[in-house]
Amino acid sequence: MIEIEAVTKLYDDVAVVDNVSMVIEPRTVTVVVGTSGSGKTTLLRMINRLVEPSSGAIRLDGEDNRSIPGHELRRRIGYAIQGHGLFPHRTVAENIATVPGLLGWEKSRIAAKVEELLTLFQLDPKMFGSRYPHELSGGQQQRVGVARALAAEPNVLLMDEPFGALDPIIRAKAQDDLLAIQKHFGTTIVLVTHDMDEAFYLADKIAVMDKGRVLQYGPPAELVRAPAAPFVETLIGDAERPFRLLSAAKIGAAVEPGEADGEPIGEDGTQQEALADLLWSGRKALPVVSASGAPMGRVTLDALLKCAARPQ
Amino acid sequence: MRAWLPTILRGLLLLVLIAFLVTPGSFEPLLRPLVQPNAPAIYNQGSLLALTLLHLRTVFIATLVATVIAVLLAILVTRSFGAEFLQLSRSLVNIGQTFPPVAVLALAVPAVGFGEKPTLIALFLYGLLPIFENTLTGLTNLPRSVMEAARGAGMTDFQRLLQIELPLSLPVIVAGIRLSMVISLSTATIGSTVAAKTLGEVIIAGLQSNNLAFILQGGLIVGALAVLIYDGLSAAEAMLTRRAGST
Ligand SMILES: Nc1ncnc2c1ncn2[C@@H]1O[C@H](COP(=O)(O)OP(=O)(O)O)[C@@H](O)[C@H]1O
Ligand SMILES: [Mg+2]
Repeated sequence: MIEIEAVTKLYDDVAVVDNVSMVIEPRTVTVVVGTSGSGKTTLLRMINRLVEPSSGAIRLDGEDNRSIPGHELRRRIGYAIQGHGLFPHRTVAENIATVPGLLGWEKSRIAAKVEELLTLFQLDPKMFGSRYPHELSGGQQQRVGVARALAAEPNVLLMDEPFGALDPIIRAKAQDDLLAIQKHFGTTIVLVTHDMDEAFYLADKIAVMDKGRVLQYGPPAELVRAPAAPFVETLIGDAERPFRLLSAAKIGAAVEPGEADGEPIGEDGTQQEALADLLWSGRKALPVVSASGAPMGRVTLDALLKCAARPQ
Repeated sequence: MRAWLPTILRGLLLLVLIAFLVTPGSFEPLLRPLVQPNAPAIYNQGSLLALTLLHLRTVFIATLVATVIAVLLAILVTRSFGAEFLQLSRSLVNIGQTFPPVAVLALAVPAVGFGEKPTLIALFLYGLLPIFENTLTGLTNLPRSVMEAARGAGMTDFQRLLQIELPLSLPVIVAGIRLSMVISLSTATIGSTVAAKTLGEVIIAGLQSNNLAFILQGGLIVGALAVLIYDGLSAAEAMLTRRAGST
């Protein structure tokens, strides 16, 4: 759990982060959105003390983050940034081994971890471990950057526009991978982005920042249903509202008993995906199956339209 | 085929240089036309090989010390606690470069006597600037995201310096050393005016006895050394750049 309590950061007497308080639950994905310059990066960097707050406190699992030296704190917290920041003079394996090396892990343990992570990120350890960052594609570099951030098995992973430099197809894949890995390790993720689609797709909770303040902090659907400020509405976009609701909700939540014809869809997908499938195939209902493939019922066009309508 | 030509030429140059230093006598017919009938065509007041080695030694020592001091100074002024010394050390190093080596010799002799010492001082001062400036450039132009990631990973300041900043700056630092060394190789010849054992002796002897062959020998050996060392360090630099992943 990350507790941010009345945190303020002043640069030249200007509050770049202004009295921000929020509690981030363990094992969730929290996305911080806002326009450029709204203080997202500064807020994120105060969690691992790359920036020291002017006032306020941040606690990790109840412990003040100033209770240990900054560099030791940062070894416990994963950090991934836009443009990956891989060390160009070190191989992929050496890059991933950075934090375990700093923590003094045994060689064999480090090697096992590097191999595990490369495999998890679908990079063949034999082929990629000895390569240098400039020998990888952008998508591969980004995956190695995240793998490096996770190498010491941190409970918390901070990500600053980690997918900002990727093209849309690779970006979508990276987002899916991130969710899978978050499930796998149970990591608490705080991710900064200015891409609202990304925010709605990834977030358990979204924090909207503007001029250093957090205007609203809550589940994606709540932001659509009850925007706390005109700025939040603008950010979500009037024309996008129904689709944001659908993209933030799982198909499983709209399942009803019954039969339907055709290719089934997994309950884990978003309702937006189900709607797209229905519209494109011209059907009125889709069969839904669980992750293991067991039939669960169906999802209908009518049900989805209700889900997308302005909540009462 | 083309790409090999420079390497072959350098190899040849090295062979000719070694042959000349080991058996200067065998080159006599080539140099004979340059001198009076009864004057010696090959330097005869000492061993050319020994002078060359002493010349190199002086240059190596001066460059080594200049490298250590310049790199340490550059590291110091790029740390947060040393930033205020940046302008001061820049000025000092610049003075070292603008002050003519001959003047340094003249000032150093009364203090430390004749011989190798004043020459070392002059070369050291003259060689600081390129290394200092290049190290500064290297340390201040590191990719932001890389430095950010190093800090975010929990490296201490010292770990970042050793593991990230210096390795990534190394190609630029080596370029500075190369420049400094080539300048020192030619500047060292004037050390002979204060009785340092360098190849300047050969040139000065040629000037005194109006012997063109001596002057040419001294000059050509220094030139060949400079070309070979320049190329060697360029190759090292290219290799380091490749290893630092910037290509
Ligand atoms: N080290 C700093 N010194 C002075 N101003 C800064 C510094 N870092 C950030 N700022 C300012 O703080 C504001 C918020 O920056 P940032 O947190 O990077 O915003 P975001 O990540 O939302 O784009 C910007 O106006 C930026 O110029
Ligand atoms: Mg930012």
